[in-house]
Amino acid sequence: MLLALRNRFTTWLFQWRGPEAGHIVLVQRRIFILPSRHGMTYVGALTMMLTGSINYNLSLGFILTFLLAALGINSILHTFRNLARLRIAAGRVQPVFAGDIAHFALIIDNPTALDRYAIGVTRDKRDTVYTDVLARQSATVTVPVPASQRGILRPGRLTLYTNFPLGLCYAWAYAELDMRCIVYPRPEAARVPLPLPAAQAGTGIAHGSGQEDFSGLRSYHPGDSPRHIAWKAAARGQGLLTKQFSGRADTELWLDWQATPDTLGVEGRLSQLARWVIDAHAAALSFGLRVPGVTLPPAPGNAQRERCLETLALFQNDAS
Amino acid sequence: MTAAADRFHLRHIGWLMLSLVLVTAPHVERLPWWVTLLAVTLFTWRIYLALYGLKLPRKWLLLAIVAGALGGIYISYGRILGRDSGVTLLVVLLALKLMEMATLRDAMVLIFIAYFLVITNFLYSQSIPTTIYMLGVVWLITATMVGFQFRTLQPGYRYQLRTAGIMLLQSAPLMLALFVLFPRVQGPLWGLPQDAYAGGVTGLSDEMTPGSVSNLILSDAVAFRVTFESQLPPPTQQLYWRGPVLWDFDGYTWSAPRVPYLSQRQYEALDSVVEYTVTVEPHGKRWLFALDLPAKTPPRSVMTSDFQLLFQTAVVNRVRYDMASHLRYRNNSEPPRYELQRALQLPGRANPRARELARSMRKQAADDRAYIDAVLSMFRNQNFYYTTTPPNLDTNNAVDEFLFTSRAGFCEHYASSFAMLMRAAGVPARIVTGYQGGELNTVGNYMIVRQADAHAWVEVWLKDEGWVRVDPTAAVSPARVEAGVATAVPQGETRLLRGEYRWLHRARLTWDSLANSWNQIVLGYTLDRQRQLMQRVGIDDATWQSLVTAMFVVTGAITLALAAVMLRKLHAMRPDPVAAAYARFCERLARRGLARHPSEGPDAFRKRAAAARPELAQPIGTISELYIRLRYGNVVRTEDAARLQNEVEAFRA
Repeated sequence: MLLALRNRFTTWLFQWRGPEAGHIVLVQRRIFILPSRHGMTYVGALTMMLTGSINYNLSLGFILTFLLAALGINSILHTFRNLARLRIAAGRVQPVFAGDIAHFALIIDNPTALDRYAIGVTRDKRDTVYTDVLARQSATVTVPVPASQRGILRPGRLTLYTNFPLGLCYAWAYAELDMRCIVYPRPEAARVPLPLPAAQAGTGIAHGSGQEDFSGLRSYHPGDSPRHIAWKAAARGQGLLTKQFSGRADTELWLDWQATPDTLGVEGRLSQLARWVIDAHAAALSFGLRVPGVTLPPAPGNAQRERCLETLALFQNDAS
Repeated sequence: MTAAADRFHLRHIGWLMLSLVLVTAPHVERLPWWVTLLAVTLFTWRIYLALYGLKLPRKWLLLAIVAGALGGIYISYGRILGRDSGVTLLVVLLALKLMEMATLRDAMVLIFIAYFLVITNFLYSQSIPTTIYMLGVVWLITATMVGFQFRTLQPGYRYQLRTAGIMLLQSAPLMLALFVLFPRVQGPLWGLPQDAYAGGVTGLSDEMTPGSVSNLILSDAVAFRVTFESQLPPPTQQLYWRGPVLWDFDGYTWSAPRVPYLSQRQYEALDSVVEYTVTVEPHGKRWLFALDLPAKTPPRSVMTSDFQLLFQTAVVNRVRYDMASHLRYRNNSEPPRYELQRALQLPGRANPRARELARSMRKQAADDRAYIDAVLSMFRNQNFYYTTTPPNLDTNNAVDEFLFTSRAGFCEHYASSFAMLMRAAGVPARIVTGYQGGELNTVGNYMIVRQADAHAWVEVWLKDEGWVRVDPTAAVSPARVEAGVATAVPQGETRLLRGEYRWLHRARLTWDSLANSWNQIVLGYTLDRQRQLMQRVGIDDATWQSLVTAMFVVTGAITLALAAVMLRKLHAMRPDPVAAAYARFCERLARRGLARHPSEGPDAFRKRAAAARPELAQPIGTISELYIRLRYGNVVRTEDAARLQNEVEAFRA
């Protein structure tokens, strides 16, 4: 009960409202400020200086103490200002495999005429990425977030903070942007051979390097690897054509959920499929994916690889 | 990442070292030599470690050095907790902290110690030069602190100094408000260490021996400053600043009674009162100074029955008080018997020839008055010399030796032998020490009384007149009391006292006037002055509550004003150089009758302008293209902005 009340209080105080789309401008209401640990020590030192000045009746002691006290108050304003009016927007995130580190890019834009130094971005208060945003410029920081599970990863609430310029105050703001990273299933480490293609059995895996054996051109389909586009033909004005290779490129390789052993469990089977997708792509094969509820027809190339891995990442096991 | 950004770099060490060296430098003359050596060694060692990226020394080694230093301080000072030993300890700890500092976090503590060391310097000097120097040091320390906060970019020393300077300047109004309004407490809050105010203070003492006053006259140090209420101070020969009164004589040394007589005495004033304000420099003794004779007692002090003013404690800080005196008076209240007896006491058998002389001269004189005149005319007419460098006298019969052999002396010699002659003839006499004269500072319109103006004279008790001042020095050297020591001593005896260029003298007076204002306004801002100031603005009975309220209101208002100014800068955008350049370009075309419509985009305007001025199509195209790329492109390159500005600069429509 008390805990729930406290949670509601902090949520209200810090204006936590879940992921926000678009960019966030750090307006006054979003910035919080407290003395830092050094700030506390500073106050302690000033107290000692004040008692010393009173005790020794030291006029210049008073002046110094009050000057430093005023400096401390002034640093509240400066530290606050170092964060104010920054615009935070989500940047790109590359998909990662489970177990890797996802790097969320954050674009910090400074539309004002003041240079901002030593802005820290942190998720957990332990690892901090620092950046500087000069006047009328923007900077990109990448926040590393460990991706432990396949699926959609959100960085959660990020804290932007600064101690600049004196280190006596700690100003911070929360930014929870609508950012997501697709986390592919961790590919099975063990090299399980690819399943045999459905047609033309025997021409499969043992056959040599398919990319080298050029067999002809066909018209371009979206998703074809740019490396396979016949650029010379395009330059001659024949339109976009895709090079066809003999070997396995034309074979129908199906990566099938059913082909993976039941014993692996759902995640194990997805890992197995992910391994196959990677291997098949590396071997420049044309491959299709069949998992319960989704069927992706065979195709070669990076786009197919990403499509397949994404399907595996977002796979919902409704069946089991 | 955190670790790397937090690491202590060579540049941090450099800044910190410079700050620490500058803040400890004024202490060096006061530190024992071995502490200076230790500090320099540790500083050098730390720089060496930083230069070569070596490991910091082990903890036990540092602890051993701390223990050794503590022992050394105890041996050097005989205590650990005191002013001098405390400062020494702080310097040692500072140097050692430097040796164990690995992160910026540790270094911040050193910054605070450095600030604290600034204040310890004020324990020894609060002069204007010290203040200016220390302000510079505070600036540097603050800039060092700013430098510690950078994480990735290092904008350099100029930025650090500028930021620190701006922040300190912005803090000045708030500091001023706090200084004026913070409720002052009469210190000390607890017992001060014994050596709290130790140090080279010169001044009068409660004893006088031949040579003790003439030692003072080479000192240019200010004893006290006086501002007269009326514009004109009294003539110099009337300026007898009364200090310790000496009663007891052992044949060589005159000394003040251990316990002063405190019963109040009346006297008859013969003129109107002279009002003035005295600011006494700290001299470590209790007495305050006033013109002969004081008409009132300043706060927190008492007046003795021989009209000395005694402060409640030793004067270790500057004391300022309003005084009033009567320069002409009749001090004729009947003194008690024991007092007159004390004023007649002479030591056993010392100075036999002087006694003999006194008896014979008294016999020839009609009365005490005539006898005094006879002694004075002896000083005046026989071969007595006034000199700042008198020969040393035999301790057993100093007066005899002076009167019959050396016959050259300073005021204490004349006062001493005169008083002795009086007592030997049965005339009660006592010695008054203090200052005579003073220099009028025309720049600040106040009077400076220096140690060099130290003087001693005699008071004798005459039946009808009471205690009467007699200055035997005036008989020998009238110039001394009319125009000061500098004119009275023989040529070439002390060059310092005499020959001085006029402009130099003027500069010195200006400087002293400045120092005086500083002392009065800044250093002298105490509990009493705060009350006076509050009264002047209409707060009659300033309690600490009303002061605290005023302090919060004023500091709050100042902080809000500062916040308003600072946060407005957030909205004041610097004119965008790209937009400015393009606007200039449009304006040049507009002057040729080719104005850009408000709704016209840069590309449409380019086409229209190029069509209208085909000869300018190329530069118009380049400028427009650059502008479009800078404004709407995906990748913004800074060299494009520079090129745009150059192109616009070269563009002539």
